[in-house]
Amino acid sequence: MSTVVVDPVTRIEGHLRIEAETDEHGVITRASSAGTMLRGIEIILKDRDPRDAWAFTQRICGVCTSSHAITSVRAIEDALQYKIPVNAHIIRNLIDGAQFVHDHVVHFYHLHALDWVDVVSALSADPAITAGLQQCISPKRQENNTTAYFNDVKTKLKNFVNSGQLGIFKNGYWGHPEYKLPPELNLLAFAHYLEALAWQREVARLHAVFGGKNPHPSFAVGGMPCAVSLDATGYQIDGNTRIDSTGLALVGAIIQKMRDFVDQVYVPDTLAIAGYYKDWFTKGEGVGNFLTYGDFPLTAVGDPDSLVDPTKLFIPRGVILNRDLSVVHPLDMNDPQQVQELVSSSWYDYSSGKDTPLHPYAGETTPNYSGPIPPYAHLDVNQSYSWVKSPRWRGKAMEVGPLAHVLMLYAKGHAGTKALVDKTLTDLKLPLTALYSTMGRTAARTLEAKILADEMSVWFKQLQDNIAAGDLRTHNNQYFDPATWPAQAKGAGFLEAPRGALGHWVVINNGKIANYQAVVPTTWNAGPRTFVGSTEVSGPYEAALKGHKLFDPTQPLEILRTIHSFDPCMGCAVHLMDADGKELIQVKVL
Amino acid sequence: MSEQDTILEHLQRQGVSRRSFLKFCTLAASSMALPLGSIAAFADALAASPRPKVIWLSAQECTGCSETLLRAYDQYPVEKLLLEMISLDYHNTLMAPSGLAAEKSRLDSIAGGGHIVVIDGSVPLKENGAWSVVGGRTILDVIEESVVGAALIIAVGNCAAFGGLPGAFPNPTDAHGIDDLITNLKKITTTAPLINIPGCPPIPEVLTVVIVNFILSGHQAPALDGLKRPLPYYGGTVHDNCSRLGHYKLGNFATSFDDAGARQGFCLLHLGCKGTLTHNYCTTLKWNKGTSYPMLSGHGCIGCSEPNFWDRKGGFYKSL
Repeated sequence: MSTVVVDPVTRIEGHLRIEAETDEHGVITRASSAGTMLRGIEIILKDRDPRDAWAFTQRICGVCTSSHAITSVRAIEDALQYKIPVNAHIIRNLIDGAQFVHDHVVHFYHLHALDWVDVVSALSADPAITAGLQQCISPKRQENNTTAYFNDVKTKLKNFVNSGQLGIFKNGYWGHPEYKLPPELNLLAFAHYLEALAWQREVARLHAVFGGKNPHPSFAVGGMPCAVSLDATGYQIDGNTRIDSTGLALVGAIIQKMRDFVDQVYVPDTLAIAGYYKDWFTKGEGVGNFLTYGDFPLTAVGDPDSLVDPTKLFIPRGVILNRDLSVVHPLDMNDPQQVQELVSSSWYDYSSGKDTPLHPYAGETTPNYSGPIPPYAHLDVNQSYSWVKSPRWRGKAMEVGPLAHVLMLYAKGHAGTKALVDKTLTDLKLPLTALYSTMGRTAARTLEAKILADEMSVWFKQLQDNIAAGDLRTHNNQYFDPATWPAQAKGAGFLEAPRGALGHWVVINNGKIANYQAVVPTTWNAGPRTFVGSTEVSGPYEAALKGHKLFDPTQPLEILRTIHSFDPCMGCAVHLMDADGKELIQVKVL
Repeated sequence: MSEQDTILEHLQRQGVSRRSFLKFCTLAASSMALPLGSIAAFADALAASPRPKVIWLSAQECTGCSETLLRAYDQYPVEKLLLEMISLDYHNTLMAPSGLAAEKSRLDSIAGGGHIVVIDGSVPLKENGAWSVVGGRTILDVIEESVVGAALIIAVGNCAAFGGLPGAFPNPTDAHGIDDLITNLKKITTTAPLINIPGCPPIPEVLTVVIVNFILSGHQAPALDGLKRPLPYYGGTVHDNCSRLGHYKLGNFATSFDDAGARQGFCLLHLGCKGTLTHNYCTTLKWNKGTSYPMLSGHGCIGCSEPNFWDRKGGFYKSL
């Protein structure tokens, strides 16, 4: 028996360490997931202007660069019962939708692909066969599908390898027997690795139209700050703001570009690669419970100003337990018994004891680092071992993210999702239960990108129709001035980020932030174990790794496959900190 | 696998002739205002060297600065940078290997010296640095080791340059920027020059051009301002080139985000814009292939390339 340590886990956002205990056959018997960096953003927010919180929380993560900002303005709007124009809802949907599609493609090609694709093997590919393969799996693709094109890519790769400087590809696990793709498919994937680098910077421009820049576009409490460009007489004119005919034409073109790439490259590549790794449709399930807060408010042309209605969302809200898709349990973010965080194995204390679950409104953040002094070889995983807390829903560990989204849409009978999932599984000759796995999670992410890219066209048409009908409103100024606010208020904002359910809980006293708690997707998935009596309750990462057999512990490819299938974002998971390690922040439910 | 190629050999295999390479060097040298007589020597020096090694280290960061690298347009998009211009030997978000194999890549790269170290994120000193740990070691420890023999250190983003968000009041983790750690606190010992490229995140093309120009100029750092920011990009304020400047001069100010003035592009000063105080290149170059910048899309500048911008009194919506 030995312990395999993977630190740093690369090709993720942030700092993650995995310690995996293995038996004499190299099978993981117990895994521990640890976040090893924190910044303290919530304490920095204390006593600040709630209208500024979006910019602070946005910097929790520069990958999901719009997710925290939208969640934050929604939390403030919920606290103030501050209704926003329909165009603001739609623009936020477009920004969040673009975030999903961008993020999923970058995750697949630049963070996850190298777990499945052996770049060095591509050197022995026959470019003519790769071209044939491309035309076969993506008949609609009219570009970059010829022998000459793949020959160029192969030459580029060959020159790069021959230079002797492999850069980010050096010391990869090339030649590992767990790589199963033929050289021609490896070459195809490498070509798309490069294409996706160019594609992603193009589609990120959608954020720049509405938010001025990407990464980290602008937002505002009360709607969106991006007024439509008009002249002094009220006619639409180009250039006074970017929300003009040029900007909107660009948005339309980008949405088309997203849909084309997803349909013609991302989806076929996922299916082709997954076909060679069908054994990974039976490994890495996790906990079998799934949670969504829901997202993408459904609006109609001409709707009046409104709050986000949790019952009218494109991705529905709810909880699925033990793979049972026949029952979606209701979820209430304000119920103190439902969403709770524990610190049983985290480097924090609670005044009522480490094993007491606390709802975010009553959340406490008192760090107590009890880990080893660096440099260290091992964490003591029988004590506290992570900066990540452990969220639970009614005491149960939950998986959040693309698989949860797709299952929720499926369970609630969304026709497009059902058709897409059923067709994908039929093509791969797999049962529905194959989704509960490492490759199932990866495939769900791909299908979700298609579902949302397609839906973006619907939202964009609504925006165009609204503007054509003369409804140009993007921001409601009614409560922007803090002098109009009640002395005390509290609210919960939510969103589905590319990595799953994201919630912010804010308490406002006399126009200032009294408490701010964010419970984020990677905290749900990466959180350390908790206990019911003496029984361990593992979170999704730790549960999913159990049972993996490592071919070569010095090249822990199997661990990376499953961890990457969750798309970790440690910056999001660990953002908490107390002012001086002594002060206790405790805010009771008002 | 062959011995390491020179840049010229590498370019020649990509179909670039020696003649066009020299032409390129002339252009590059003139754009950096190098004396003309130095061009031949400059070209030789460049052609003789393998692709420069770059180590990217991440401390207390959000990965927004890595994302900005991916967004670079113009002559050095990231795929060209990675395959043809530099050898990015360590980057947590992009590199293939994990764990010990990843650390091996870093150690191999720094072994010969002469590398460029890029750092994003601030460095926490509290609890002896236990709050930012990679591979069981503090990030400060890793940085100290990695800058030995470096040709250049680039602190990218406001956090690495000035302490940024983690350093905002009350700075709970005792976070510091790189310059502070070298110059004031003497926590890092190095003779390598330091360039700050602040912004939250910085403009992608500013980052890539600074890296490439340093390489092409034979290791000459650009002229810097008092905060070690490259003057060509941080010499003026974003106000100087703003599309709303004319309205500022006329006294036309928007008073809410969607009033008649906001729609006509009136100045955002009264909605808290900090553009008059903010040295950056956003309004000149624009973001994301010239698409926009915050003021053009309706929101004021929050001042993200300046020290302590998170703590400016009154917050982002208080009029200057």
